Amino acid sequence: MATEDGHGAQTSGEYIAHHLQNLQVCKVDDAWVWNQCAGNPMALNVDSMFFSVLLGLVFILIFRGAAKKASSGKPGKMQAFVEIVVDFIDSSVKDTFHGKSNLIAPLALTIFVWVFFMNLMDLIPVDWLPEIGMMIGVPYLKVVPTTDVNITFGMSIAVFVLILFYSIKSKGIGGFIGELTLHPIAPPMKGVGLIAAPFIIAFNFILESVALLAKPLSLSLRLFGNMFAGELIFILIALLGIWQLPLHFGWAVFHILIVTLQAFIFMMLTVVYLTLASEEH
Amino acid sequence: MTLIGQSIAMLVFVWFCMKFIWPPIMTAIEERQTQIAEGLAAAERGQQSLDKAKAESGDIVDEARKQATTILDQAHARANEIVAEGKANGVKERERQLAAASAEVEQETNRAREELRGQVSAIAVASAEKILQREIDPKAHEDILSKLAAEL
Repeated sequence: MATEDGHGAQTSGEYIAHHLQNLQVCKVDDAWVWNQCAGNPMALNVDSMFFSVLLGLVFILIFRGAAKKASSGKPGKMQAFVEIVVDFIDSSVKDTFHGKSNLIAPLALTIFVWVFFMNLMDLIPVDWLPEIGMMIGVPYLKVVPTTDVNITFGMSIAVFVLILFYSIKSKGIGGFIGELTLHPIAPPMKGVGLIAAPFIIAFNFILESVALLAKPLSLSLRLFGNMFAGELIFILIALLGIWQLPLHFGWAVFHILIVTLQAFIFMMLTVVYLTLASEEH
Repeated sequence: MTLIGQSIAMLVFVWFCMKFIWPPIMTAIEERQTQIAEGLAAAERGQQSLDKAKAESGDIVDEARKQATTILDQAHARANEIVAEGKANGVKERERQLAAASAEVEQETNRAREELRGQVSAIAVASAEKILQREIDPKAHEDILSKLAAEL
């Protein structure tokens, strides 16, 4: 692994900044430009998208392969492994979500394995892929998609859409609006209190909206924060010269736990939110 | 853009997983679960029938052992009987032969005695003839001679 010295004139500040810079492309004045997109909302983080889709495909290929070969007979090792994962997800989901849904368990499986794979990129030594990228002419390369807040937000927004969908599906639009406006303080429906009702409804709406929006926000920021911090510490350790060896090992071992735990939390919270959304009050 | 792209990618992956990955794996797992349950039940049944067969075979062995003991006892009794019979037969035969032999001996003795008596009487007559050559007529004195012979 390259250290501060290995990068010649580069300061450690530049080293860290370089590692945290996405490979971006965006359209400026009708022309596609690379890496001059600071502040441009339409910028595409090519590296994050590339790695996340690649890992998604890895997930799809592994599990599809196992699913195709799945038989009730004696399972191969790969099939047994896939089945363990599937069974683990299935029991976790069944513990939480009691309704009948064909979507939630596969959703949980996809989220868990995909996020796990993306987090796992964190364990690849921080310089390997960026250095290779440099060699083939890619100036910036951020290899862990979950350290990109756009990626985690993308996922949590998809989950948010599902939350809205399930809320409306199980309660109807009226029920959903009612849930947003009639809790936690029930507005008076008759008498003098009727004057206060609009204020109470507005108050409820603000409160419930914050609660609703907090779900995807906390979901994505939790994952992003954990992975970003973990990656940053890997980068800092990589700056230490020879002392990085024991530290890197220790942090990597600890990070295996974080990687799995964060993937599991993301999955579990998604299931819990969808359960809440589809439950009658 | 990254955000939207990621959301779309995620929905596509979830859809694919829901359509093509989850159902076959769950089917396989559920089928295997029933198969394993059936296998365990079959093993249980096999164990039970094995226990039953073991008990049965034990009974049969006990029965056979009892029979063998009976047969052995019978054979012993029969052997003793045969030996006793043989012994008795032997004793009888010996006595019979002993009796026959002693009868024969008696007979021989009697005959020899008869013969001897005849000869002695003849000798006595001859010697009396010689002594009394002249005046004694054997015919006239035969009754005396035979009385003599009978006294021998």
